[in-house]
Amino acid sequence: MTAIVPYFQVHQPFRLKRYTFFDIGRSSGYFDDTENERILRRIAEKCYLPMNELLASLIDRHEGRFRFAMAITGTLLDQLEAWSPEALESFQALARTGCVEIVCETSHHSLAFLEDEDEFEAQVAAQRERIRELFEQDPVTFRCTELVISNAIAKKVESMGFRGLLGEGADHLLGFRSPHKVYRPEGTTDLALLLRTYERSDDIAFRFSNRSWDGWPLTPEKFATSLAEVPEDATLIGLFMDYETFGEHQWRETGIFDFVEAMPGAALEHDHLEFATPAEVIETVEIDEVEELSIPHPVSWADTERDLTAWLGNHMQKAANKALYELGPDVKRAAELGDPECLEDWRKLTTSDHVYYMCTKWFSDGDVHKYFSPYTTPHDAFIAFMNVLADLKARVRNVPRQPTETDSPREQEERPRPETGRARTGR
Amino acid sequence: MLGWEFPPHISGGLGTACLGLSQGLARCGVDVTFVVPRLNGDEAPDGVRLVAAADVPVPVSKPEPAEVPVRLRHAFTGSRRPRTELDVERVIARTMKLLSVDSPLRPYMTQADYSKRLAELTRLKAMTQPERGSPKTSHEKLEFQGGYGPDLEAEVERYARVVCELVRREDFDVVHAHDWMTYPAGIAAALEGQKPLVVHVHATEYDRSGMNPDPGIRAIEAEGLARADLAVCVSEYTAGVLRDRYGADTRKLRVVHNAVTRGEQREQFHWEKAIDDPVVLFLGRITYQKGPDYFLEAAARVLRVVPDARFVLSGTGDMWPRVVERAAQLGIANNTHFTGFLEGVEVERMFAMADIYVMPSVSEPFGISPLEAMALDVPVIVSRQSGVAEVLSNALKVDFWDVEDLANKIIALLTYPELRDELSSEGRQEVEQMTWEERGRTLRGVYEELVV
Repeated sequence: MTAIVPYFQVHQPFRLKRYTFFDIGRSSGYFDDTENERILRRIAEKCYLPMNELLASLIDRHEGRFRFAMAITGTLLDQLEAWSPEALESFQALARTGCVEIVCETSHHSLAFLEDEDEFEAQVAAQRERIRELFEQDPVTFRCTELVISNAIAKKVESMGFRGLLGEGADHLLGFRSPHKVYRPEGTTDLALLLRTYERSDDIAFRFSNRSWDGWPLTPEKFATSLAEVPEDATLIGLFMDYETFGEHQWRETGIFDFVEAMPGAALEHDHLEFATPAEVIETVEIDEVEELSIPHPVSWADTERDLTAWLGNHMQKAANKALYELGPDVKRAAELGDPECLEDWRKLTTSDHVYYMCTKWFSDGDVHKYFSPYTTPHDAFIAFMNVLADLKARVRNVPRQPTETDSPREQEERPRPETGRARTGR
Repeated sequence: MLGWEFPPHISGGLGTACLGLSQGLARCGVDVTFVVPRLNGDEAPDGVRLVAAADVPVPVSKPEPAEVPVRLRHAFTGSRRPRTELDVERVIARTMKLLSVDSPLRPYMTQADYSKRLAELTRLKAMTQPERGSPKTSHEKLEFQGGYGPDLEAEVERYARVVCELVRREDFDVVHAHDWMTYPAGIAAALEGQKPLVVHVHATEYDRSGMNPDPGIRAIEAEGLARADLAVCVSEYTAGVLRDRYGADTRKLRVVHNAVTRGEQREQFHWEKAIDDPVVLFLGRITYQKGPDYFLEAAARVLRVVPDARFVLSGTGDMWPRVVERAAQLGIANNTHFTGFLEGVEVERMFAMADIYVMPSVSEPFGISPLEAMALDVPVIVSRQSGVAEVLSNALKVDFWDVEDLANKIIALLTYPELRDELSSEGRQEVEQMTWEERGRTLRGVYEELVV
């Protein structure tokens, strides 16, 4: 038997306002609540609500033979609680069916594991607690932001008690190996790595409505047949994708919902295919017997490079990320001294989308990034982010170190200082 | 190819583009004969044949008494047209029949010098006296001042006569006319030679004059667009203007963006910034079109945060006095510097001193200068109301009226070195890809639509 493992990433960031230099020191409302609410409501209506309802009916119809996994980020849970409690309830209802595994991750969809291990642990602990609370599940499987994996991450994840890790089945990682096998990342003893089968996943996520694709139109039967064609000894087929694929990236008019409705039935027509959650796949393998896989450099599911360059590729992204995590200790001290809002604002800034918006690769690599960005250009994204960071820096430095000290007005000195007195050289 | 100016004697981006395009074409195997009103002898394009209209003898026409060769004037005033042997001259006259003569016509608004104009008119009058007793078959050379003097309309017409004469002697496949000054000549030449006509729109009268276009020039532009087999425009932005304001047939419009030639002077002279204060540069004509007033408003906002920033305006133009006064009024005169008009090497030197180049144009068909700045590693901010914004990724973009945003971006560039590094290193690479040869290839494709 080969297990089809659908896994959906459900996430929305808190997008920033067009925060200008003139706002520094004047306004600490960094996030564009109006826009964030508008987008959340739209997506809830176009994707979350209809899709949750459809998946629930499929679980019913196939009497539990249709199973899948989801990871719902903390930032999205916040937004659902605020603006679409009915969508949150429908996610909770899915989790109660016993056919849906909730996968753990960082609460803020961050890249903290690269910069700040303590913060990574803190965000994972927060998310784990929230999953227990909201979905009444004790998560077994972990996925890092944007499906990033590496030996170091795997080791860390194992030490935190997870038994499974989701990752990208990148060609350069696997070489001649199959994406349909379970692997054990180098340096771990009891962690199963489940990989994404990107061809089949992208048939749905990227190509479904592309009329110039020779596989168009993708019918459930055609897709099921392509799944059935995997080698006989295949353990799994990882269909990992953004949940927003359904109804948002691929509009209802493309027929995506009809496809989803008929696909599980079409797949179950093939006797050697079944659906399973990652945890269930992990149960079936003897971890001592699986092949070890070395992942010395981080691998992600983004772009053609499948690496971190979509987030940390250019000068701006590296600078922004560095400045962000350098502020971490100050923010935490301020939080301890009684300003927890600083910490939450900072955590919202760790959401990887912010640096993703600064990516300049789409100048040549097509417009996937541009589609997801609220900014006209990556440079605008950088400017707003750095200005916000400057204000936050002034805020945390201004939190009195000793409770007895009175509040002093924010000093001009706390603003980032335009570089003057500098003669340009080296041109 | 018909053009009005050629480097190094230029008053704007037109000549630069003409040089680049004709050389780009030459590299793609297209023979280019470029006709300009006059040459100064120091033009040296590779692979392009330059012809000065002033050097081409044309048959002497015999105007009737009291009918000056400025035939256009008669067409406007409705008086009888002079008898002529050239059909094409009738075409010229008809083309330009709406041309207004009351105001001196210039493609770029520069300060009119009254005394110079008087002298010009006197000279013109002297020149137009028919030579008594000269034989009917004799030839004469017409006089050209070049540039955009007060008798521009007369020169436009003389230029057209010469081009028609050239057409009879030359073998060619396509007539390509750059901007309205050469459209009458282009129309006439295409008719005379029975060849397809391409008009090239580097700027429209609306870009130059805002909402108050000169009706005469606008009419010539419209006529050129109507009669052209294809019209090349320097941006999608300009194609939109042609569609919306001239009712141009969009099937005839082709976009060929401009490119840039990197100057090497910087390397030769090792220029470096001499002062420590950050320098923000505006470089262009000080006219409505270029938005110098928005630059100043943003400057005032920036100076509240970065008090030692220097704002330099390089160029001249009819808004100059107003801009100087406004700087004083805003209380930023100490940090605002006017260099006057800069040319050639001076421009590069100015760029070398600049930390940021701003092009806040209200309406800019293309705008080559940001590319020149980027080729010299200077980060740029351009208005979205410009053609160049279409082709640039590594530039900051603002709406020209949004001075808050412009100020915010200037400050961001002065504050965040990574942004500056990103824009200058990526920007240089980006403009290096924009070669005139590439544009020449595109243009050759446009010709092939007509010739093959």
